[in-house]
Amino acid sequence: MRDARSVSGLRRVFGDLLLAGVVVAVMAVAPSVYSNQLLLFNFVMFLTLSQGLNVIYGFTGYLPFGYVGFFGAGAYGFALAVMHLHAPPLAAMAVGAAAALVLAVILTPLFRLSGAYFAIANLAAAQAVYEIVSNPALEDITKGPYGVSLSGVFAPETSYAVSVAILAGTLLLVVWLRNSRFGLSLRAIKEDPISAAMAGVAVVRGRTIAWLCSALIAGLVGGAFAWQISVFYPETAFSAQFSIFAVVFTLFGGAATLTGPLLGVFILYGIYNTIGITVPQYFQLIYGTLIVALVLFLPNGLVSLLTKRGIRVP
Amino acid sequence: MSPDVMPLLKVEQLEKRFGGFRALDGVSFHLAPGEVLGLVGPNGSGKTTCINVISGLYAGDGGQVVFEGQRIDGAKMHKLARRGINRTFQSPKPFLSLTVRENVQIAARYGHAGGAPVDLDALLASLELDRHADRPAEDLNSAQQKTLDLARALATSPRLLLIDELAAGLNPAELHRMADRLRVLADGGMAMLVVEHLMGFIDRVTDRVIVLNAGREIFEGTLAAATRDPDVIRVFLGGAAHA
Repeated sequence: MRDARSVSGLRRVFGDLLLAGVVVAVMAVAPSVYSNQLLLFNFVMFLTLSQGLNVIYGFTGYLPFGYVGFFGAGAYGFALAVMHLHAPPLAAMAVGAAAALVLAVILTPLFRLSGAYFAIANLAAAQAVYEIVSNPALEDITKGPYGVSLSGVFAPETSYAVSVAILAGTLLLVVWLRNSRFGLSLRAIKEDPISAAMAGVAVVRGRTIAWLCSALIAGLVGGAFAWQISVFYPETAFSAQFSIFAVVFTLFGGAATLTGPLLGVFILYGIYNTIGITVPQYFQLIYGTLIVALVLFLPNGLVSLLTKRGIRVP
Repeated sequence: MSPDVMPLLKVEQLEKRFGGFRALDGVSFHLAPGEVLGLVGPNGSGKTTCINVISGLYAGDGGQVVFEGQRIDGAKMHKLARRGINRTFQSPKPFLSLTVRENVQIAARYGHAGGAPVDLDALLASLELDRHADRPAEDLNSAQQKTLDLARALATSPRLLLIDELAAGLNPAELHRMADRLRVLADGGMAMLVVEHLMGFIDRVTDRVIVLNAGREIFEGTLAAATRDPDVIRVFLGGAAHA
């Protein structure tokens, strides 16, 4: 019985790793067969951000509408390290990640809130960071509202490769969370924090680790974004669209799975980039209809079509 | 309790207020290893609040809770679980989307209070949950979910088990089997504090009872003596004492 369970557990891990490996391999070789590298970068960016959001929302139930705050902190951490410390890009990425982590630590008291209150407070916190960064009085430090130019480190191929590596690391983290005891404890926290505590789970510690991992991922993606585009403004790096897309993609596909956020990005961001650019009026209609239909009929995302029938989805 | 036996749990002058309402007003009692103490009283008398304070869900406003010689009031729930205190809930609180087996695995992994590892398959079988082991907890009925709460608590090998209205919803045969299981656990040395409205269940399981009313202890002794106590009859049992 135990052997059968461990074999089925290994199969699950193998299935998850196979899916993650295929996605990473496809995105790694994509630039050699498709020339629009910026579009590919955006796909990688949203694949990673959606999984990063999945770590905190899918596994603990906290939905951070201000997720872009960590992304922006990562982008500006990268930019400040390049501008003021003349740091090489990889070191600047580390600074961006550290900036996101510091912001996450500062925001940990938000866990006293839950549900919509947490989501809105998190959104307000991201807006507050944006207001600080874009303040003209800080022009000497952040360039204020005038934006930053990092043309000296512009290296789209290298930054793309690094972003694929971040995606790989993020997918591995989600695979581990889905198959580890720690991940199981996070799902218990999501289900019922009181019962989880009585089962011996350190609820605050578990949530905080998930929160920091999620913020770290967004910070790294933000740093890669700054490296990739090199010139950007505060309203670009702190655009609410990053949060909205990450949330919608994750919910559309199905949180707490590996497949769900991947499906969400490939389908919705795919639609966005086919009809969204050419016929935006139809895009809005189709996008809105899809999301309304999803909320009404598949609140647990596309993957619930299979999971409701007892089929395990990676 | 014999005076030379060190109590496992000492509750001294425990107080808990909700605004101006005193839910616990100086409650004190001792509990020895292997002893089963019933906590009874009318609705709102403070029974569940008492369990909530001992288990760390609520912080007390006065008094102290001592477990195995050390004060534990104010300790976090997960630390109490690891020290050997666990509980069930009046409304069952399993992890609904997780399987029955995963529910107990989490407790065994994170909350185990020491001693020999628990054989989870045997535990589930003893509580007749083994055939549901790989089903999500949300598929269980309410009585089975309460039993799963108990299984999850037992997976931590507690030395003190706080039981909050476990018997409600069980049919008579299930009630008898549950009472027998609890007695076996007590005979093995596990102390229990049992909150329950079903006096037949209390009679089968407990060694003595404390009767609470409006947050105060009005009686301590055997259930048989409680049924003859005028105060207990007046505030709690009414005519049931002679039924």
